[in-house]
Amino acid sequence: MSAITDPPQGSFSLSMLINDTRYRSYTFQALAAIVLALCLGFFYLNVSTNLAAAGLNISYDFLGSPAGYDINQRLIEYDSQSTNARAAVVGVLNTLLVAFLACVTATVFGVLAGVLRLSNNWLVSKLMAFYVEIFRNIPVLIWILIIFTIMIAVLPGPRAFRGDEPEASMLFDLVAFTNRGVYTPGPYFTRGLGAEGNGGINWLIVIGVLVASFFATRMVTSKANATQEATGVRPNTLWTNLAIWFLPVIAVLFALGLKWDIPELKGFNFAGGIKVGGPLIALWFALSIYTGAFIAENVRAGIQAVSKGQTEAAGALGLRPGRIMSLVVLPQALRVIIPPLISQYLNITKNSSLAIAVGYADITATLGGITLNQTGRAIECVLLLMLFYLTISLLISTFMNIYNNSVKLKER
Amino acid sequence: MGENTVTHSAAFVRTETLPQLEPPATQRGIVKWMHENLFSTIPNGILTLLAIWVIYMVLSAALPWILGGVWTTSSLAECREVLDGATGACFSVLTERWNQLMFGFVYPADQYWRPTLAFVLLFVAAAPVMFFDLPRKLLIFTALYPFVAFYLIWGGTIFVPILALVGVVGGIMVYRKLVQGSFAMGFFGGLVAAVLIWAIGGMLIPEGASENAALQAVPSRDLGGFMLNMMLGVVCVSLSIPLGIALALGRQSSMPLIKWICVIFIEFIRGVPLITLLFVASVMLAYLFPPGTTTDLFLRVVIMITMFSAAYIAEVIRGGLAALPKGQYEAADSLGLDYAQAMRLIILPQALKISIPGIVNIAVGLFKDTTLVSVISMFDVVGMIRGPLSAATEWNGIYWELYGFAALLFFVVCYGISQYSQWLERRLATDHR
Repeated sequence: MSAITDPPQGSFSLSMLINDTRYRSYTFQALAAIVLALCLGFFYLNVSTNLAAAGLNISYDFLGSPAGYDINQRLIEYDSQSTNARAAVVGVLNTLLVAFLACVTATVFGVLAGVLRLSNNWLVSKLMAFYVEIFRNIPVLIWILIIFTIMIAVLPGPRAFRGDEPEASMLFDLVAFTNRGVYTPGPYFTRGLGAEGNGGINWLIVIGVLVASFFATRMVTSKANATQEATGVRPNTLWTNLAIWFLPVIAVLFALGLKWDIPELKGFNFAGGIKVGGPLIALWFALSIYTGAFIAENVRAGIQAVSKGQTEAAGALGLRPGRIMSLVVLPQALRVIIPPLISQYLNITKNSSLAIAVGYADITATLGGITLNQTGRAIECVLLLMLFYLTISLLISTFMNIYNNSVKLKER
Repeated sequence: MGENTVTHSAAFVRTETLPQLEPPATQRGIVKWMHENLFSTIPNGILTLLAIWVIYMVLSAALPWILGGVWTTSSLAECREVLDGATGACFSVLTERWNQLMFGFVYPADQYWRPTLAFVLLFVAAAPVMFFDLPRKLLIFTALYPFVAFYLIWGGTIFVPILALVGVVGGIMVYRKLVQGSFAMGFFGGLVAAVLIWAIGGMLIPEGASENAALQAVPSRDLGGFMLNMMLGVVCVSLSIPLGIALALGRQSSMPLIKWICVIFIEFIRGVPLITLLFVASVMLAYLFPPGTTTDLFLRVVIMITMFSAAYIAEVIRGGLAALPKGQYEAADSLGLDYAQAMRLIILPQALKISIPGIVNIAVGLFKDTTLVSVISMFDVVGMIRGPLSAATEWNGIYWELYGFAALLFFVVCYGISQYSQWLERRLATDHR
């Protein structure tokens, strides 16, 4: 007699929807679908009744109407007569600007602090541990506000630069630190293809030359590799590469007539040059020093994750300490460091939305702040805002997945 | 003969061992330590000097300021008078505005003992959860604590918390009855029973019971200060852990529809900043509720922050679930346990243990993020500093003391929690290393 009995065929009863594992999952999913549909329908009904009661409708027409407010810090042309959509674009660019700047400096702070925390210098490693704990355990909003208030209180106002015996003076007569922001010299072109010699085309030419230099150095390096493979002697490529990087760019900049526009005190404020506003600096600095503490922990964990045997094995092979770091430890540590590093970059981008607390005109402050308040289009503005951040997040995590797959240990 | 010659030919033979000499001065004590740890190489020495310089700069600026602080004046002008040009902090803003920093500026002053008592009881309630050596009987108080704290902070009629408690107890009793059949039956049966009790009981509460209650009713919009941060942190973390577990299990589920609902929810929430979710709470959520219902801002913010942290906790727990060896799942199956039993008895206890450091990290991050509610004009401790305290004429122009105080508050709580989590990790480590 057989212990295994075939499941009964063809006799389906309603109770099997609950008791038979083959059908039960369909029952649950159908229930979930019904509940989900009911919820969505309920929300849709509420939204439409509420909107009708308030005399509103869902419409994105407000994006085309004049914004009617000014934005101090902007990367593209904008005035108060520009549309709300353009204000949003200014905000998007400002978000990307502060996120990019903060990512760069946070990485510098983080790598420095992470490496120094592992140093065998007791005082330095304790100091770095202190930095990490202090910054990780206090909200970033408080840091942003502290740095912003300190900047306003400590730095001199533009009027302090006035007179024959000014209380404050510009750094090397080039850079002015004021409580309204930092004024630095700005480059511009006197000749060239763009309008008034300052158009984007000139910058595109410069960038093109740099990209060409990049590929040229790649070629030089691969040729050196080939020589090394063939003969065992590696030709010195340092001076060739430096020449390829610098000479063409300098020649192009000279041909286009690069000049520097130095900020000058005119009336109550500085004019000329590039103005980096106080809110931007406070946000930039706070985000980088706060996230730097987190990155320091990631870097430390990554370096510690490389087993000591690797360093010792490399030493036994006769590599010098510098080459051990660059050829053996770092490539393995980077595999551990990069994924959390990228998610810290994502955090910086999301935390840059706190700009609204210091009045930096990022996308949250323009689209989600002033535009929302002036037009009253809460649903549309918040949805657009979420869509923007969601796109950035998905882009970054796609990039991270590609990277993870490319550095994954290839196992059997 | 040989040994005799040796003894006799030597002029002097030492019969006892000499005491050990101390190592050379450079190889012992603080000199050695400093040589090894501070000045081992020239760059290291430079680094040390640099670090000493940094520490000196910070301390020489901060110490006189803190030690010379003034604690007992009633305005900034008066404080500057007392200082008379000397370096010193005006900590008197903290003593004078202590209540506002802690409770906000509208909470009735004669009722401050209520949130204070709730805060003290929080430690009693949290103790048996945090330390396993305490008597298990204390867990009864932990279970009662939400109702007690609700009654203490919001006040009003005592029928509301009692009814909530009765509903929960009824639900649990029905769950106990039905769970022998199946977990799903027990869970949904208990839920229905609780909702039924609340609905019926809600009609029984007499009209106007709140007006002549023993404890004066305090509306949610009057809450503020650090109390608001604590409340948001505690409530949202405790609510988001069960929700996070459910989301993590849903994401691991073999049912595609359930899985995708959870994936979309988690990825959506994790992809947007908390501040946009708070915007949803402050300007958009009202549209989603039926017309005529007024949910207060506190509840809306709690809903959004809970969803936010639940998504992050779900990812942490998913990591814990994925880290379990497959054999554990197979062993549960081979014992004949059904899904709910396998999860409750075998998988989740181990997965949650692995996830504890991650969950604590999320909890610390969430507690720090509660300061963001100041952006949607709720007056938490940062909101109080940015708003009413900066605007007050007596204290106009004071900021170091206030922000330093807020930073200290958060540092103490967050650092404490992370130290606790490290202790817990060591305590729960059952593997041999």
